[in-house]
Order: sequence, then C-alpha cells, then structure tokens
Amino acid sequence: MSLASSVLAGERLALARLLSQIENDHPSGRAALGELFSHTGQAHLVGVTGAPGTGKSSLVNRLAHHYRHPPPGVSQRKIAIVAVDPSSPFTGGAILGDRVRMRDLSGDPGIFIRSMAARGSLGGLAPTTASMVQVFDAAGFEIIIIETVGAGQAEVDIARLAHTTLVVEAPGLGDEIQAIKAGILEIADILVVNKADRPGVENTERALRSMLELAHPTRRVFKHHGLNETIPMPERESNDDSLWVPPIVRTVATQGDGLPELVEAIADHQDHLEITGERQDRDRTRLQAELELLIQGNLVSRWRQGISDSQYQEILESLIARQISPHQAVDALLDGGQKA
Amino acid sequence: MSERKIRVLVAKPGLDGHDRGAKVVARALRDAGMEVIYTGLRQTPEMVAEAALQEDVDVIGLSILSGAHMVIVPRVLELLKANGQEHVNVFVGGIIPDEDVPRLMESGVVGVYGPGTLTEDIIRDIRQAVIGTPAP
Repeated sequence: MSLASSVLAGERLALARLLSQIENDHPSGRAALGELFSHTGQAHLVGVTGAPGTGKSSLVNRLAHHYRHPPPGVSQRKIAIVAVDPSSPFTGGAILGDRVRMRDLSGDPGIFIRSMAARGSLGGLAPTTASMVQVFDAAGFEIIIIETVGAGQAEVDIARLAHTTLVVEAPGLGDEIQAIKAGILEIADILVVNKADRPGVENTERALRSMLELAHPTRRVFKHHGLNETIPMPERESNDDSLWVPPIVRTVATQGDGLPELVEAIADHQDHLEITGERQDRDRTRLQAELELLIQGNLVSRWRQGISDSQYQEILESLIARQISPHQAVDALLDGGQKA
Repeated sequence: MSERKIRVLVAKPGLDGHDRGAKVVARALRDAGMEVIYTGLRQTPEMVAEAALQEDVDVIGLSILSGAHMVIVPRVLELLKANGQEHVNVFVGGIIPDEDVPRLMESGVVGVYGPGTLTEDIIRDIRQAVIGTPAP
C-alpha cells in the first residue's frame, strides 16, 4: 500500500512519515501529495498569530479541547494542529516548545499535533506549512489550527493560508498607534484579547475598537504582491452587509474563559465565508500564490543547475569589489555567467 | 541546504520537577543545528510515545532524576515498538546508577549520560546514531 493510501486509511505513523517527507521536500512526498490533492479543500483552516507571549499555544490548546469536548448536541471534530517556531538564523537549529502548553490534548486519537521549525522563512510560517496542511486536510481532519511563530508586525503569510485568522493580543503590549499600523492587526478576522484577567484589558480593547471604527471595510481577500499582478484600489462599500467586521473576543486561555464565544465567532466567520462566496475567492488566491511561489523556487533551482560555482563566485567577487552593481550582477548571472 | 535535519524529542517522564539538565541539553542540540521538540515536565510514557509518533523524531532524549528509569524506559521502548517506531534512537540522561546502565543498554537504549557529561559527546553520539557520521 502506498504512503498516500495509508494516510487516507487513517494510519497515524504513515501520516507522520509523509509530513516529514513533505517538510524535507522529498520527491516521494511530492508524489504522495499528488495522489492526495483531490481529497483536499474540505477542512476549515484556522490561523492563530500574535506577538510572542500573548498565549497563542495555550489558546490553541483550549480551542482544540473545546472542539473535542463540545456542548451537547454539537458534533465532535477531528483536529490537527500545526505549530511553527523559529529556526536559528546561525545554526538552523530550533527549539519547538508549543507542545508544552498542549498537554491536555494527549491521549486523544482525534487530535494530531505537529511542530515545525520555520527553516529560514520570514513570514511566520515554514516553507512547507501549506503542503503539510493539505496532507492533514486530505487525511480527514476537519479543523486545522495553524499557530505561527511569535509574530511582530508584518508576518502576514497566515492570512493567505487560513480561512479564519485569529490575531491574539494581550493587555499592555501596545498603544493606539500600534493599532492603526498596517500589517498584522489588519489581517485579523477575529481579534482575541487573551489574558483578559490582567489589568489594562479595557485599554487594549478600546484601542482595538477605535482601530476598527477607523477602518474602511474592504473585501478581505488577501492581495498577493506577485510580479504579474496589479493591485486594484480597495473596494469601499461601507454600507454593505456582506463585509465582515472583525469581532473582539476576550479570553483567559488558561481558565477556558471566553472559549465558547470564540468558537461561535469562528463558526460565524465560516458561515460568512460560505454565504458571501469569499471562501472560494480565498482558495483561489491562496492556490495562485502557492503556484507562483513554486514557480519561483523551481526557476531558481533550474537556473542554479545551469551555472557553475566558479562563474557564480567570479561575478559575486566583482559585485563585492564594487566593479558591478547588484542589477548588473543579475544580468550577468542570468546571461549564463558572462561577466558584464 | 540539503543536509538532513535531525529531529529530537527531549522529554521529562516521571514526577521529578527539575528540568534544568533537559533544557541545557535541548539548547546544546539546537546550537548543533538540530530541531528539538521540548514537551515539558511530568510526561507519562504514553505521552512521550505519542509525541514521538506525531513528530516523527529520529531521537528521544529522556531525562530522569527520580530513580524510576527501570520502569519508565522499558515502557517507552515497548510503546515505540507497538507504534512501529523501534528505529527511534533512545538516549537516557540523569541520575542512573552504574549497575543499571548495562541493563538499559541491553533493552535497546543507545546511550546513558550522567552528571558532568559534555554536551559535545551527546551531539557526537546522536549524529553517529542517526547519520552514521559523528561530524557535520
């Protein structure tokens, strides 16, 4: 039996193996993903991002626990968690510590947690996070929670990947100017103020609320800054009911406070995406972005195969000696290594 | 770029609440370019085996100071085997009496490390076990 069919049959060891092959960009992983891809597109992808120390892992723990132990009358969901932590820029090593906060979830066969190192990627996710999520999707996990690295202001890749993005804030981390900057707060479908039992929670919530009031509701399809794409002016339709206004939800993840409200907000957003057709739009932009990224990667490695190390070094040395500019170096390298 | 990343689970099974040693080792392995999954205190053997499966690790480092190693380690090895993961290299660190070391090694443990071990030795042994070469 192939790895892909074992994964479809629900074998956890096969799933774990395939995730490694995908993470290491192994050819057999790519082949398996080819077999699995037609089974994807079913899961709801929930992104969780925010600054380090805001309680993302604890929130993910509670959220998953809530989906596994729903109130009467609500069906239990199969949950996958992909937790990304940073890699060292110097050694490539990493400490992946998100499982420390997720110990409540152990022993449950309806949950699968996988830690990933960012491996040099800067957008808050790892290069292969999207592919790993596709594997979980094909394997029948209904909700896939993706926790980013502790993000600063611009690590917004998660909004491209997830259907519903939670941005987690905590009291005492920023003022109103932080709140009106572009970037991470802008990508929130739901704003979570965690650690809401701490002093200052009113100020945090007020700053977020005033940010939302200043916002011009825009259609929230992620704009890909690709080379071949012109970015249209945002559509401003402030009276349009079809535009989503991100709710603010207070939580105390360690106690489980606010979790029912958060789960309800996620379900509301899921409904919103279905009703407005935005889910298809997001899927479309996501797959297009993935395609362009893969094309870039493939073109670079093809080009690299066509040029010798010595040619490359020679042009690099001319650049470092300031004999040619970076753009001239590119022209020379793409020209098959002829020195400019 | 294409160098294989070694994935290590560092776990503290049992009831002792002192994880300084485990954190020192985790940090040293990180600095040696490995990806270290750290799971925190008071893990059961079942939790260790489950994390090892989900994370598809090459190596498990168990830190045990409580004296319960002759119960915990065989149980972890048994669960790994039941899960089809007998290929995973298990290392044990902590306070392990000399007379228990041969018994642990016989049961399938790859290395046992006591106080004063150099982290370079652990790194070398892990590389040896996983890639077959001690140096990067």
